[in-house]
Amino acid sequence: MTKNLLEIQALRKRYGSVEVLKGVDCTMQQGEVISIIGSSGSGKTTMLRCINMLEDFQGGRILIDGEPIGYEERNGVRVRKSEKEIARQRALTGMAFQQFNLFPHMTAASNVMLGLIKVKKMARDEARSVAEKWLERVGLGQRADHYPGQLSGGQQQRVAIARAIAMNPRLMLFDEVTSALDPELVGEVLQVIKDLAADGMSMLLVTHEMRFAFEVSSRVIFMNQGVIGEEGDPKVMFLKPQTERLAEFLKTSSFA
Amino acid sequence: MGYTLNFSAVWRSFDQLLWGLLLSLELAIGAILIGAVIGLVTAFGLISKSGWARRPAALYVTVIRNLPILVLILFSYFALPQMGVRLGKIESFVATLAIYSGAYLAEVFRAGLLSIPNGLKEAGLAIGLTPMQIRTSIVIPLMFRNVLPSLSSTLISLFKDTSLAAAIAVPELTFEARKINVETFRVVETWIVASCLYVATCTVLAALMRMVERRLVISR
Amino acid sequence: MNEFLAFLDQVWLARFVILRGLGLTVSISLLAIALGSVLGVLVGLALTYGNRPLRFVVRAYTDFIRGTPVLVLVLASFYILSTIGIELNAFQAGVFALAVFCSSHVGEIVRGALQAIPPGQTEAAKAIGLTFSQTFTSVLWPQALRQMLPTWVNTAAEMVKASTLLSVIGVAELLLRTQEIISRNFMSLEFYFLAGLLYFAINYAIERFGKYVERKVSVPS
Repeated sequence: MTKNLLEIQALRKRYGSVEVLKGVDCTMQQGEVISIIGSSGSGKTTMLRCINMLEDFQGGRILIDGEPIGYEERNGVRVRKSEKEIARQRALTGMAFQQFNLFPHMTAASNVMLGLIKVKKMARDEARSVAEKWLERVGLGQRADHYPGQLSGGQQQRVAIARAIAMNPRLMLFDEVTSALDPELVGEVLQVIKDLAADGMSMLLVTHEMRFAFEVSSRVIFMNQGVIGEEGDPKVMFLKPQTERLAEFLKTSSFA
Repeated sequence: MGYTLNFSAVWRSFDQLLWGLLLSLELAIGAILIGAVIGLVTAFGLISKSGWARRPAALYVTVIRNLPILVLILFSYFALPQMGVRLGKIESFVATLAIYSGAYLAEVFRAGLLSIPNGLKEAGLAIGLTPMQIRTSIVIPLMFRNVLPSLSSTLISLFKDTSLAAAIAVPELTFEARKINVETFRVVETWIVASCLYVATCTVLAALMRMVERRLVISR
Repeated sequence: MNEFLAFLDQVWLARFVILRGLGLTVSISLLAIALGSVLGVLVGLALTYGNRPLRFVVRAYTDFIRGTPVLVLVLASFYILSTIGIELNAFQAGVFALAVFCSSHVGEIVRGALQAIPPGQTEAAKAIGLTFSQTFTSVLWPQALRQMLPTWVNTAAEMVKASTLLSVIGVAELLLRTQEIISRNFMSLEFYFLAGLLYFAINYAIERFGKYVERKVSVPS
């Protein structure tokens, strides 16, 4: 049996009295590309953010390569790990955001270099060449010294992806990375993700692009009201949904 | 009226005024540099979730903002020695002006810190930066760019406030002007020249700060 | 403990001196605010609605005043006015300087408030046939007033603080009275502290009042 890259066990998350994740179980192997679909409020983005500890969670465990993320048991009590330790664990995963979140006071290259220098303790020159390599890979080799404000939305998102991937993460998390883009810019970003998938990158994508999820995923997870409603092969999921809920969701979404 | 303007006496002492002006500038810059550090620490206190950090910060800001600066200056120079804190005129004045400006800058910085989008901090977390690294590499540099216009007006008003150092006989511009006034009796000329020096310096400072703003402005 | 009792004793001895100083501080501030605001409204109107030459002159006036330290205004007013034959005592010269200072601030506040009103308001008033003065008194000014009142209240606190500068030209307001008391009993720490406390009380009250006004004048929405 292969060791799981990611293992989520009975994940529970509350905002005040509202429970948004009500016990999610899920495993993922090295090299898998999993799309998470579902209506807004179903908990799909929250789940992604828990994996990166951008959200605290109250119950269950998340393991990456068997290592528990964010919390540890001390004398039988569940305690949050130190900020330093959490920071190290966050670097195991890379994340791309809906709003890009590039640092506006740094050039594209500097955005990519920041984590390499501060977290990976790389020398400046080395960081620069790694940054250039990855910017090249996302098709922005010529824009290394541009500021985010001088780039289009699609270009900014590609820089953001390069920033995450340059950290050499075990797993990439994509949170609705095309939702904030003008329709004509969506394609270039999806192409970058497809290329990464073809390279064997393990990826977890929250997306509204059903066509894309269908094409790129090895597996699809349908989230519904804080639990996994259905999961499986994209062909089965999209063409022969097993549950009423998924069938309904697919009808209202843009998949055609 | 019967008063004819004659600037020659003032011109003869113009050097003194310029040295005074230079000292005024040094006092203001010294004060804003120290004040910025105090203001930054206080601003993080003001936005802290912990009451232990927030309450003292808020108290400091409220107290200082509601006191006349002249009272603070006299208090530091004349009353603190009674408690064993003995500083020279200039040190005492710069320290007081720094503490004074710290309270105003704290509010400026607080607003600046709150204007940084949360997503940028999350992006920093996501690449594995610690909260302290995020503060030093992302939040503080961006905050400074956002608050540059307020910082510039604070510097200008601090520069004007250095005139109060005359009250404890620090030989800055106002003190020198008053001396020339008493020595030459060219009252009108002295004060016209002194005001013009203040106004001109304020104008130059404002222009310089605008240049800095333009260089650091972030194209969006 | 004994020292504190000695201090209280000194405060009791000096109570009328302190109260007179406090009274003068309040009078200076009120006069400066009243005169400065009247002048300031005129300045603001000139900056907003004046023709080009008037705007230029008034702009030069406000820029010059705002670029000069208040202490220099006070000293200049004190020394210059008497030299050129305008006989004012220290109190009058000081109040004049503070009023001029206040006017430049109020002028900017008034201009800012008037210019913040959307042009559609004037157009709407024109459309129902109001003259400019009718438009101003019943549409523009009431709106501007609401917006600037809180800032104006803060200017009042600024004036209280600036009134301390009159001690430098020998006006016996609270700070100068405090210095006089200290020169007799050498209790500088205690009496500066007391003065600070009094100023804080006045300004804090004004600040709270400003917050109250801000809530009161905000248009229901």
